[in-house]
Amino acid sequence: MTAVDERPGRELGNPRPRKEDERLITGRTRWTDNIVLPGMLHVAFARSPFAHARITSIDTAAAAASSGVVTVLTGADLDAEQGSLPTAWPITPDMKAPRHPAVAVDHVAFAGEIVAVVVARSAREARDAVELVDVEYDELPVVLDMEAALADGADLAHPDLGTNASATWVFDSAQAGTGADVEEAIATARESGVVIERRFRQQRLVPAFMEPRSVVVDPTGDQTTLYSATQVPHIVRVMMALVTGVPESKIRVVAPDVGGGFGGKLQFTPEELVTFLVARRLGKPLKATETRTESIMTGHHGRDQIQKLTLAATKDGTVTGLKVELLADMGAYLGLVTPGVPILGAFMFNAIYKFPAYHFSCTNVFTNKTWTDAYRGAGRPEATFGIERMMDELAVELGRDPIEVREQNWIKHEEFPFTTVCGLQYDSGNYEAATARAKELFDYDALRREQAERRQRNDPVQLGIGVSTFTEMCGLAPSRVLGSLSYAAGGWESASIRMLPTGKVEVVTGTSPHGQGHETSWGQIVADRLGVPFEDVEVLHGDTAVSPKGLDTYGSRSLVVGGIAVVKAADKVIEKARVVAAHLLEANPDDLEFANGSFTVRGTDQSKSISELAFAAFAAHNLPDGVEPSLDSEATFDPENFSFPHGTHLCATEVDTETGQVRIRTYVCVDDVGDVVNPLIVEGQVHGGLAQGISQALYEEAVHDEQGTLTTATFVDYLVPSAVDLPHYTTDRTVTPSTTNPLGVKGVGEAGTIASTPAVVNSVLDAVRHLGVRDIDMPMSPQRVWKALQHGASSTSGGELPDAASAGGDAPVVDMTAPTDPGEAGPSVDVAGAQDQPIIGGQPGDDAEGRRP
Amino acid sequence: MARITVNVDGVSYSDEVEPRTLLVHYLRETLGKVGTVVGCDTSNCGACTVHLDGESVKSCTVLAVQADGHEVTTIEGLSSGGELHPMQRAFHEHHALQCGYCTPGMIMAACSLLKDNPDPSEQEVREGLEGNLCRCTGYQNIVKAVRAAAQETAASAAPASEPVTAGGAR
Repeated sequence: MTAVDERPGRELGNPRPRKEDERLITGRTRWTDNIVLPGMLHVAFARSPFAHARITSIDTAAAAASSGVVTVLTGADLDAEQGSLPTAWPITPDMKAPRHPAVAVDHVAFAGEIVAVVVARSAREARDAVELVDVEYDELPVVLDMEAALADGADLAHPDLGTNASATWVFDSAQAGTGADVEEAIATARESGVVIERRFRQQRLVPAFMEPRSVVVDPTGDQTTLYSATQVPHIVRVMMALVTGVPESKIRVVAPDVGGGFGGKLQFTPEELVTFLVARRLGKPLKATETRTESIMTGHHGRDQIQKLTLAATKDGTVTGLKVELLADMGAYLGLVTPGVPILGAFMFNAIYKFPAYHFSCTNVFTNKTWTDAYRGAGRPEATFGIERMMDELAVELGRDPIEVREQNWIKHEEFPFTTVCGLQYDSGNYEAATARAKELFDYDALRREQAERRQRNDPVQLGIGVSTFTEMCGLAPSRVLGSLSYAAGGWESASIRMLPTGKVEVVTGTSPHGQGHETSWGQIVADRLGVPFEDVEVLHGDTAVSPKGLDTYGSRSLVVGGIAVVKAADKVIEKARVVAAHLLEANPDDLEFANGSFTVRGTDQSKSISELAFAAFAAHNLPDGVEPSLDSEATFDPENFSFPHGTHLCATEVDTETGQVRIRTYVCVDDVGDVVNPLIVEGQVHGGLAQGISQALYEEAVHDEQGTLTTATFVDYLVPSAVDLPHYTTDRTVTPSTTNPLGVKGVGEAGTIASTPAVVNSVLDAVRHLGVRDIDMPMSPQRVWKALQHGASSTSGGELPDAASAGGDAPVVDMTAPTDPGEAGPSVDVAGAQDQPIIGGQPGDDAEGRRP
Repeated sequence: MARITVNVDGVSYSDEVEPRTLLVHYLRETLGKVGTVVGCDTSNCGACTVHLDGESVKSCTVLAVQADGHEVTTIEGLSSGGELHPMQRAFHEHHALQCGYCTPGMIMAACSLLKDNPDPSEQEVREGLEGNLCRCTGYQNIVKAVRAAAQETAASAAPASEPVTAGGAR
């Protein structure tokens, strides 16, 4: 327990209902699509129905003549200005990246790409006119299958690139000096131990935030203001400046109320860029709001990997090595962090375990499908799924209890801090405690007995018990590590605190919440730290004019990076106030004690409250010589390490062997996210994460047909689960504080998603494995489960180990232990050299004035 | 164009609308009732749920002309006299929302559910809200909030035997 926790009446740990709620439950919301500006026009996009084609002609005459239409623009009309959408993560120096024009010029690489832009008086007139845009295409062969895409002579998703392979990235513990040689471990295990080889498929998912994306651009001031339903207003501002050449100081980006993101709004989008360019060209405010189908077809997707795993162990169940070979589907283009998503999983396949040898390689592959990028967990759910499936397979092979095998291999609580085979240092954890608590809540032994009874009597409904443990690296991220991974930006976060003369406090954060409740949590942190009432703290965010500096919200980073910046800023306020207090109390600063919002001279009743001192600084009538009249403070916090939450999830499923229907009967998870600021919010984050992870296991998949058309482009066909599709969750927490930040907190936003998918899949397999089923692809629909039962074996890819095009080539080894100078990956450096897509912006080109029409 | 007269949140409006205009677009674009939102194009998500003569409807599935001569209540008209409706309060107290985009529709649907079934079980709440999607909460706290609102409404209505009205509880 930290000292802060022991104060009476504390806000930290208080399950305070959120202050954000009042406007959200009464409809007084500020969604981007609600914005109406004087003279505002509306944008609609004509989009390619083909996944891969050459554009041979575009006739816009009929659309331009349609009622209310102001202008119709094509890629050719915009090409001098639009440049290419950027990627910020060149994972290798020779990474291939096709140019990504916001409006296609002569080539479309996935169905849904913008081919023309219609601007009209109303949204409906713009949409009507889109139907009149006449585009002629020559269809090209579509690339859909990653393994086929890497074969010799394969059709190409981008013919100009000459290959479908974007990059291959390798980590090897022997080469990095962080562990032994995995090939030796496998060779030894083949002779005298156990080798498990499996191939898993991570299906393609749609983030499916509830608020469709919307962008409004107002070019009527000296600054151009862009309102967007984005998670990353600060990043959008930098990207817009780098891509268009408009000075960053002339661009203001606002993320008003934002309706969910889950990584899906961590992007710099074609729609943002086009709306910005056209609004400036016309000198009129523009709005572009997508339909749900546009959102599903063209907003980036997530996951989509083929995983080939080889695990070596001794016969007594001690793992001696793990080899991971991945193919990751980029889709048609590289988004902001697309290439790095699988790399975020590279350091997590070893999970909570003490593996002595590890090898990871991943080849990123282009296809003619919707681009992929971050989706809740980004790389870490894939890794956790892979290893937690393998630990179950090892337990099955050895005839052991799956929890026992895990315990045999995991890091014991007394072994922290622990340096992993990837070179990461886990600061703290207690896997024994979380697992023990989960087993107790689950009534593990009773369920195992019931399972045995049902098997005994051949019950048509079989019971399965699934286990998953996890840790994840989140709290993105220490800037130096990001630099060593060739990411183009840092991972710090900024906060400032303004002490108003009336005693109120304004907190400005660089994080950009879209459901996470930062207005409440940051208010709680500051109320405690400064000893002021919670109601007196206002939290401001999401507008680059108000919060000029930040790196926004994703990767479970907001509290562990942004919240710590808030703490540091508050501490600076206190130190500034101490000097003023000492002066006014005629005491030595060292003799002052700060508690409950006041400085007191030790051993006296002489005191000054922080709000009195704020007023004294405002009046500035009586300050010490040389002291500036302000208590306001700013802090930028760069974390020294990642955050490593962990937990144990247990899932009991009933599988109807006659219909293939899966029903989750009991779901228990015990997460350890260190100390918590607001338990209500933490629990909500866990619930939501569980829903998305369970849904990957059972329900969701983005499906393309053989022409590359997305057949799941509405909520009729893409199954976002409703309340009846999801179970009641039993959640609890153990508390092992982080040792790398002053609040002892760990990230929580992605935890539930990361752990739950393998828990469910392991559970279903546990129910039917004795009937001859080895694996079932996700989502485990009734049809797939039923088919697997009929075949008495795996369905499509499971269990088999085909000659998947394995990663190879001359990939560089990234050495986590020897970070490069972060300056080497600065935004002005085009790391990709001769490639067409800019690495953060490429060549900005003309200045703002030169780009105006 | 067609002329319609609709009472929305207690105010009577008379407007010319295109026959194809959806009720949700009429509410948002003509009346500025932007508390009601659009989440999908296929009547799956329920974010646009409002009450039409006291019954919940997805306002993307109703034409504005169909509301002619009827009474519409949106999330903006649910509370009255500056006091939150018990369902709104329960959503707040039980953390039944995160991003809040589905919340107006979810609250309107939940009020309608309690009208039909004043004391629903957990399963009945889940089934009753099947037409409203939430991507943030995993639904558990929504279920909890709806059942809490049911209990509060029952407790406050019993002595006075009043019908459930906006702001009537507590």
